Amino acid sequence: MRWLAEVHVALRPGIADPEGQTIGSALRSLGYATVSEVRSGKLMSISFDADDESAAEAAIGEMCRRLLANPVMEMATWELRAEQTDADEAIPA
Amino acid sequence: MTILAGRPRVVVAVFPGTWSERDFVHVAENVLGWECRTLWHLEAELGACDAVVLPGGFAHGDHLRTGAIARFSPIMRAVEAFAAAGGPVIGSCNGFQVLTEAGLLPGALMRNDHLEFRCDWQSLRVERPERAPAWLGDLADGDVIRLPISHGEGRYVADAATLDGLEREGRVVLRYANVAGEVTDEANPNGSQRSIAGLVNERGNVLGLMPHPERAAEAELGGTDGLRLFRSLERWLQEQPAATERRL
Repeated sequence: MRWLAEVHVALRPGIADPEGQTIGSALRSLGYATVSEVRSGKLMSISFDADDESAAEAAIGEMCRRLLANPVMEMATWELRAEQTDADEAIPA
Repeated sequence: MTILAGRPRVVVAVFPGTWSERDFVHVAENVLGWECRTLWHLEAELGACDAVVLPGGFAHGDHLRTGAIARFSPIMRAVEAFAAAGGPVIGSCNGFQVLTEAGLLPGALMRNDHLEFRCDWQSLRVERPERAPAWLGDLADGDVIRLPISHGEGRYVADAATLDGLEREGRVVLRYANVAGEVTDEANPNGSQRSIAGLVNERGNVLGLMPHPERAAEAELGGTDGLRLFRSLERWLQEQPAATERRL
């Protein structure tokens, strides 16, 4: 069975994020004066096969622990869903 | 470890994207007179060697995080075994990043706080070098040395408990400082927590540092303080009992 995981890697609270601060400054300089904070992160879309949902959950959790996030400064969350087949995609939403 | 005729044998690991290995080889062979081999990251055995260098660069393009993919290269299993057996390992710049990702050193190295790549000479204060006799044995507490830095991601980060532990155990061995040896925010080139530029593992045989000692080994290139690290290693190796050859 094909699964799609959207993995979001974010910096832990309290970890300085100079990139996010710079983006926030840029937004404010464009006139978005109400922007108080920007935190940057990474989004990864991972397609993979697993027998069922619990196996897919276990696999993506292991990928996050072993490689995708460094627990020293990051944490990972993900959304998992069965990937649509070609037939599903042909049906208008 | 057996030192043959007083010539240390050093292995320099090379990952795709490593860029400082030639400088290390030049210094080892032509300045220090050591035996030196480069070893591609796919090699699973180090062969006979007395020390291992993880040099600077951009291993695997720095993709995902600096050092994150390099830590899974086959050579890292051999480096971990060498370190676990007490063998001296130095990771400079990207090598330091690989050592933290591999868990051989605590913490992580993140984007410089000013978001710029910084390439400059940097003064560093040496602290409690007795924790790292292999690499810093010839230096004294409070010595100020000058080495080049060249990195965009050198901001050392760890949680407060880790930082306190490192300081309590005397494992922070280099801090960014000004020429007078004062550790100040102004002298910190990347926003590293507590101005940490270099640290060692619990046993003291694994050293990670952001500066490049191999680029400070000849007076005509601006300084020779990097040689003090390599001479310390040479002396330490010569003091080790012979006939304990590591086979890794």
